[in-house]
Amino acid sequence: MKKFARLIKTLDSTNKTNIKVQALATYFTQANDADKVWTIAILSHRRPPRPVNTTLLREWAAELANIPLWLFEESYHIVGDLAETIALVVPAGEKPTLKSLTTFLKEMIALKPKEEADKKAYLFENWSQLNYYERFVFTKLITGGFRIGVSQKLMTRALSKATGIDEDVLAYKLMGNWDPDTISFQDLVLEEKESDYLSKPYPFYLAYAVEDGVASLGDVSQWSVEHKWDGIRCQVILRKNELFVWSRGEELVTDKYPEFQRFVGCIPNGTVLDGELLPYPNGELGSFNDLQTRIGRKTLSKNLLTKTPVILKAYDLLEWEGKDIRHLPFVERREILERLFSSKAGILNTVMESLPLLLSHRMDFDSWEAVAQERNLSREKRSEGLMLKRKDSPYQVGRKKGDWWKWKVAPLTIDAVLTYAMRGHGRRSNLFTDYTFALWQKNEAGEKELVTFAKAYSGLTDKEFREVDAWIKKHTLERFGPVRSVTPHHVFEIAFEGIAFSKRHKSGVATRFPRILRWRKDKKMEEANTLADLKALIPTPSIPGKESLQQ
Amino acid sequence: MHNPLLEFTDKGIYCAAAGVYLDPWKPVDKAIISHGHADHSRWGHKKYITHHRNLPIVKHRLGDVVIAGKKWGETFTINGVKFSLHPAGHIIGSSQIRVEYKGEVWVFTGDYKLEDDGVATPYENVKCHTFITECTFGLPAFLWTPQQEVFKDINQWWAENKANGQTSVLFGYSLGKAQRLLKHLDPSIGKIYTHGAVENMTQVLRSLVHFPKTELITRDTKKENIKGNIVIAPPSAHGSTWIRKMTPFVTASASGWMAFRGARRRRAIDKGFVLSDHCDWPDLLKAIKDTGASKIICTHGYTEIFSKYLRELGYDARTEETQYEGELAEPNTSETLKTEVE
Repeated sequence: MKKFARLIKTLDSTNKTNIKVQALATYFTQANDADKVWTIAILSHRRPPRPVNTTLLREWAAELANIPLWLFEESYHIVGDLAETIALVVPAGEKPTLKSLTTFLKEMIALKPKEEADKKAYLFENWSQLNYYERFVFTKLITGGFRIGVSQKLMTRALSKATGIDEDVLAYKLMGNWDPDTISFQDLVLEEKESDYLSKPYPFYLAYAVEDGVASLGDVSQWSVEHKWDGIRCQVILRKNELFVWSRGEELVTDKYPEFQRFVGCIPNGTVLDGELLPYPNGELGSFNDLQTRIGRKTLSKNLLTKTPVILKAYDLLEWEGKDIRHLPFVERREILERLFSSKAGILNTVMESLPLLLSHRMDFDSWEAVAQERNLSREKRSEGLMLKRKDSPYQVGRKKGDWWKWKVAPLTIDAVLTYAMRGHGRRSNLFTDYTFALWQKNEAGEKELVTFAKAYSGLTDKEFREVDAWIKKHTLERFGPVRSVTPHHVFEIAFEGIAFSKRHKSGVATRFPRILRWRKDKKMEEANTLADLKALIPTPSIPGKESLQQ
Repeated sequence: MHNPLLEFTDKGIYCAAAGVYLDPWKPVDKAIISHGHADHSRWGHKKYITHHRNLPIVKHRLGDVVIAGKKWGETFTINGVKFSLHPAGHIIGSSQIRVEYKGEVWVFTGDYKLEDDGVATPYENVKCHTFITECTFGLPAFLWTPQQEVFKDINQWWAENKANGQTSVLFGYSLGKAQRLLKHLDPSIGKIYTHGAVENMTQVLRSLVHFPKTELITRDTKKENIKGNIVIAPPSAHGSTWIRKMTPFVTASASGWMAFRGARRRRAIDKGFVLSDHCDWPDLLKAIKDTGASKIICTHGYTEIFSKYLRELGYDARTEETQYEGELAEPNTSETLKTEVE
């Protein structure tokens, strides 16, 4: 536990990726095997279930600290992290622990079914003995999530550095359901299995945004144009009758999208598709808002799968008949891809038609003006803008300038009034940085009132955040736990990427990626926009009927 | 009901019976000043009264003002109201202001801490009926470790950096924290360099307290000479072009706010030392109890939370609006506000 606590402290005190990877790699070479497995589990969100709920944790911490519960809660709102608050308020222990990380976790697993009194005794004993940082880490193990900026990817990289095993292979080994309590490090990580290499994806080729206008790209006939779909970029791999889905973060997400299992047996082995994973409710393209219900969901109910199924809109082919074809010109790769969608592919066409698979249409244009006109239709077609791909370009590695460009539509904006504020977390704890914004609406009595429409917490400079923070503290109307209502006064211009009707939102509207564009100090709150102004921005689909899967 | 002995007005804390303000934030005729930080000793009053150890600080910061210095415990009477200054332990020359009229005693703390830091005259408990207290760190989450341990860590950090060929840049307010750090750094590890703001203030205070030798970083200071040594700089120097001269360097901040992980990460500082010139939670409660006061007024810090808790403990406690820091603004802002006059 000592080593693990020191590791967490190092990871927590630096923003530098290299230092984090180095610290993790060192840990992976020094810790015992059981602790290594648990560390991998914790950093890939496989912690054991919480043995004690947070209500009890709060009550008991307040009791041990000899302070009223409300005072503990106030402290928690300010500190911004439950485990940290507990570690700070309970009286200082002095003993560094001799128990290993694995011992602690086994104790926590054993604790879950026990009586409340036993749980309390266990916590009191450890809280009052451990020193500050170990107490913090111990409590974190109970409450969940270390917010220390270590992604599964970063952890995998460090593990690769420590073991010499390829990163992609490790990513595959670590996916799926394994139990840190029973599996050995040898079995999980070290042992070589043929299947490890089946899942290997290609590095994604990423586009830069067009900055100086499209005219500088030269002859329009050299360019292939597609819409830029607003979903999750994915690589879908079919090898030896197995399916693997990788997201752009090079994270294996196969388990999250069981729809694609139907590709197995229909799409030939030795195929790797590059495309966009998109929501497809009611047999038509949904908004990113729909996809939100699927992202991060680990258990998928039947209901959810029926309500919000996903499809893959394929736009490129990286491997065909087991061969890497990334060096071929884009249009040639596309030809093979398009053949897959035609009956000539030698696949049973009727099966192909019902697969959750669509082709992202490729367009040719005579002039950049015509391309610009197509771009103007983006919102109606539920795309973020256009992708411009040079027809003779190979599929490159990483973000490279020259052959692929994204040409997004400008964000939508609206002027809204700041109405609520909440303290941030992590580096923003103790600062009011999470804001709620409202727009005007006439109520039944014909009076103007403010209706909440979006939350945003990015877009201001640190200096502006400090200024707004100071203002909020002086203009608080009411407190609701961590949230404060403030005197409506300040107007902010809010930008967002997409907009759709929503039943889940009070305003009846959901916006995609709202963020603060600027602080409109020049505007009085009466001059902010109305909810009707916002609704007027919702596009009406121009495509008649549904985009069918049988195209 | 007669008027209270001290009232909170839009200019500051006012004693109507004497016609005197305590730490006013707007220009007044006569001001008694608790200590030299900019939010307590402001520009533009016609006459200043303060402790004599605070005189050089005020003169350095405000220039040629009409000012009188008093000794610890020396009583001076204005219109029949008795005033005296008592050590607050916050920084050099910082005092609590005791006010007595017709048998009623009030004490205004300004800023204070109970721990003897080796630089400021240690805090003295003063009995009173009404205690006007700051509560900058008035939350049970704040609990300081004794300064010997913190300085052991700081010196060890410096020695390790030096061994790694790196310069240590340590941030602290140029008045107060900088001298406290200086007093306890171990000069056997290396040389101590200073930023101009820290150097100027330290020179002013050398007449009152002995400090180790320091060297001001100027345009002519050679980069190679600084390497491996320690540099004391105000927090505002973080992220400035000035700091590039120290490359390769690591940064640390010495402040009570460093108790929060978020505060350190927000400011992108490599290391945080929890070291404050204010009381932590147990010391605030101890100080209040020891005064014997039944009425408590909280002026700045987590005032609402702290006074609510005091009421639960049975005190007649309330909050008054002042312009001393406001409710815990972002640490960087308030710290910069305090002393960065150069």
